[in-house]
Amino acid sequence: MFRYILRRLMIAVPSLLGISLVLFTVLAMAPGDPFSELVSNPNIPPEVALALRQKFGLDDPLMVRYWNWLTAMLQGDWGYSFISRINVETLIMQRIPVTLLVIGSSQLLALCIAIPVGVYAATRPYSIFDQIASTLAFIGFSLPTFFTGILLILFFSIHLDWLPFVYRADIPETGWRFFWEHFKQMIMPVVVLGMFQAGAWTRYVRSAVLDVIRLDYVTTARSKGLSEKVVITKHVLRNALIPVVTLVALQMPAIFGGAIVTEQIFRVPGIGSLIISSMLANDTPVVMAVTFVFSTLVIACNLLADILYGWLDPRISYN
Amino acid sequence: MAGSTLASPTTEGKLPAVASSNHSPGREAWRRFKRHKLAVFCSVILGFIVLAVLLGPWIWRVPINEIDFNARMQGPSWAHPLGTDDLGQDLLARMLYGGRISLAVGLAAMLIAISVGVVVGAVAGMSKGPVDAFLMWVTDLFLSLPQLPLLLLIFYLFNDTLKKMIGPEAGVFVLVVAVIGGLRWMPVARLVRAQFLTLREKEFVEAARALGASPWRQVTVHILPNAMGPVIVAATIDVAAAIIAESTLSFLGLGFPPDIPTWGRILFDAKDHMDVAVHWALFPGALIFITVLTINYIGDGLRDAYDPRRVL
Repeated sequence: MFRYILRRLMIAVPSLLGISLVLFTVLAMAPGDPFSELVSNPNIPPEVALALRQKFGLDDPLMVRYWNWLTAMLQGDWGYSFISRINVETLIMQRIPVTLLVIGSSQLLALCIAIPVGVYAATRPYSIFDQIASTLAFIGFSLPTFFTGILLILFFSIHLDWLPFVYRADIPETGWRFFWEHFKQMIMPVVVLGMFQAGAWTRYVRSAVLDVIRLDYVTTARSKGLSEKVVITKHVLRNALIPVVTLVALQMPAIFGGAIVTEQIFRVPGIGSLIISSMLANDTPVVMAVTFVFSTLVIACNLLADILYGWLDPRISYN
Repeated sequence: MAGSTLASPTTEGKLPAVASSNHSPGREAWRRFKRHKLAVFCSVILGFIVLAVLLGPWIWRVPINEIDFNARMQGPSWAHPLGTDDLGQDLLARMLYGGRISLAVGLAAMLIAISVGVVVGAVAGMSKGPVDAFLMWVTDLFLSLPQLPLLLLIFYLFNDTLKKMIGPEAGVFVLVVAVIGGLRWMPVARLVRAQFLTLREKEFVEAARALGASPWRQVTVHILPNAMGPVIVAATIDVAAAIIAESTLSFLGLGFPPDIPTWGRILFDAKDHMDVAVHWALFPGALIFITVLTINYIGDGLRDAYDPRRVL
């Protein structure tokens, strides 16, 4: 198992390098130049502008620039935000816990819906429950997150006035009130993201369970006199979840995309809303760094899925 | 039937296979597609939306940018069936016009994604060894790119230049289509490669090879037509995904400029006035939702129609 994890790690590193190369190429190909304003600014003598260009290595060959950029990123030196006037890594570290909290709880919610519903629907295929669940799942992943968010705000914030629709990082209350207020403002972003994922995952779980449930070893388990609960949870679910884990990992980029939209709608102060506001304010270092963070998170999730995969199916980690 | 339960109900056994002399694969698929009642119903709805968007602006002749401050943020009425926005512009006319762009983006991005995917998948599937390995590595790399952040990044970096080069509308359109299409080809490539790997070894391709068919002819005449079923399904789903991607961009305020009212853009403008003008957000949102839902259901019907496990 340890060697398997090590091997997976060795695969993750080249992908991270590949992604950094893609990101850097995009940046290098992009028109415009961070120092173009200096050249046109009459207060800065041309030799100063030239010295600055040399200092930051803007005229170096592309490969040298990529190497410098990569080593700086790896050392945690991500640049300086033009707008917030602090280091980018400090800014991102401030914002990232909220994002992880929202994404994590919404995925948990999605799993808590998708696994029971998918399994129950698959054990009774084509029943009324199955049909209703399938229809709802279809609606769930056809509803764009921005529209669900707007609908929830309309209903729960404006019509009923139960939940706040602006996420606040500074809640004045203390103690239990503090947690209660936090919980209340988390509900809508988490539900929006969770519902979208739950729809897609319910379908995955259902079809994966359907593939397994008629296999001979399940019949054997039943004929040994095991209870239905044990058969489903120990025999069926564990094998059915193997393909589901891969599909969930493949969905990770979409989940982060959904998180950007949700954070923007509910004004959650995470890295998703940070990337949008930085783009609107032309704050390139922050934009690049956040994109890089998202990529790293995706790779990390893929790695996690691979390890889970090896744990669920020991055959994989042996060869 | 021990061993597997199909993901969708079949009419297996209810009908004897019709022994007609001329069932081409396409006609066969259509015959099966018609059994998925919901998919047929959704095709009708989608057809209606497409027709409305194509012909609507000729029938509903209110200009999309006629400003009328006496009719700001009004609900549906006879003069404005879907109400008006904060400048008193007619929402029906704007949504019909914007729908053309949203649907065109969806179709064009799908075409790019499918073309790139088929080419990459076919090359990888036909060539063994390092070329295949490299192409699949690139495919996996693209699959683990965070798409929306990257989409936003490319948009942010290239938008201004393209706008200057070929005009604001065309520039944004080309960029949106290229980027959405360029980030969605990977599943198709994998699908096509998998199909090619099995089809390549089939007897009829071997027969063609024995008769001296060039690789090009083997691919275009024998393998590719047989691999198209799953690709068509993927293409359908891709249209829906591209429409969502475009709407998301516009909704974040980074897509089309305000004078091009795509559905996502209308929603973006509406979201700050939701307390007073609910209809303004609801109609475009519902339209995106219905379009995406119907396309997904049609994809589901096509998947059943092309399912090779189904013998009917």
